[in-house]
Amino acid sequence: MFRSIEISVGLFVGIGLAALFMLAMQASNLGSFTSEGSYQVSARFVNIGGLKVKSAVKVSGVKIGQVADIDYDSNTFEAVVVMNIEDKFSQFPRDTIASIFTSGLLGEQYIGLEPGGDIKLLENQSEIRHTQSAMVLEQLIGQFLFSKSKDK
Amino acid sequence: MKALINSVSRLGRGTIFLSKILAGIPQLFLRFQLVVQQVYSVGVQTLFITLIAGLFVGMVLALQLYYTLTTFGATDTLGMIVDLSLVRELGPVVAALLFAGRAGSALTAEIGLMKATEQLSGLEMMAVDPVHRIIAPRFLAGFISMPLLAAIFSAVGILGAYSVGVDLLGVDSGAFWSQIQAKVDFYDDVMNGIIKSVVFGFIVSWIAVFEGYDCIPTSEGVARATTRTVVHSSLAVLAMDFVLTAIMYQ
Repeated sequence: MFRSIEISVGLFVGIGLAALFMLAMQASNLGSFTSEGSYQVSARFVNIGGLKVKSAVKVSGVKIGQVADIDYDSNTFEAVVVMNIEDKFSQFPRDTIASIFTSGLLGEQYIGLEPGGDIKLLENQSEIRHTQSAMVLEQLIGQFLFSKSKDK
Repeated sequence: MKALINSVSRLGRGTIFLSKILAGIPQLFLRFQLVVQQVYSVGVQTLFITLIAGLFVGMVLALQLYYTLTTFGATDTLGMIVDLSLVRELGPVVAALLFAGRAGSALTAEIGLMKATEQLSGLEMMAVDPVHRIIAPRFLAGFISMPLLAAIFSAVGILGAYSVGVDLLGVDSGAFWSQIQAKVDFYDDVMNGIIKSVVFGFIVSWIAVFEGYDCIPTSEGVARATTRTVVHSSLAVLAMDFVLTAIMYQ
């Protein structure tokens, strides 16, 4: 009698742990990206818009890393964004351009890298010099209205 | 005024009772089969209702959200929304409500009847502490079972949503999983859900064993204690859920 109870309790705990494992690996981001095996690159932006920690870093639309830290440098009045990039994507020229894009009109913001032509490569802890800030919709509308009223 | 003093003294008794239970738990690891037996009656026997409820909650969530999301052309996010609602809220809360109804009421009735038929006094006569022998294993079993049940509820719910969303309504299978893996964070979402279910397991088990131990030892007293267990633990779960959510997702 006690043996069958043991078996069913074992099954119950097993199913429970399997469910936890499934939630961890299949139903969350744990299985998809690990911060080990990555190197850090920083970039300065005048305006980062709605960029957040864990936003994606993409090249040609392929996700190669994520934003690790966002800080504000009060000497230069710029935002400093540190990103983790996976080790297998280590071949980026020194003059790579980092821009902040929006996926879709109202979607999430991410950092898009465009490789340049330099022979020297980006290394761990190096800084991307060429950056382009986020497009802020309100500013664009403001500029548009301003230029319209000037035309008249 | 008398009612107020009564409820404050009940709270005090409950807290002292809890400290006795916690003091009795280390000894249980020497006689772990007591706990295994209780995991069977508390956890395994709640498994079936949890599976069925999780499956249908996931399926109906997918169905409802699909009709709303089609108006925005955003049906690809179906899996993500279902997953977030399940692991953050519905998994821990609904599993805890089912647990209170299925296992908590049974615990109270069992302990209450033991008290009414003087089995607990009998144990005391034999110099066996009923809190250590009867109450602590049941409390620990509830505490262990609850997170597992909540995880099973969420996992089955996601599978139910997958079967309705992908197989029935034609959402793309790749978009379903990739949206989930891109937007659901393991620590912020899944772990916080597990923490919630641990807290709920603690509360429901505590209320259930206390109501049973504290009941008036008559058939009417046991009936009222059982009702109180279900009502109080459901309300406590919902209130704690609000507090925990406010702390976790500021």
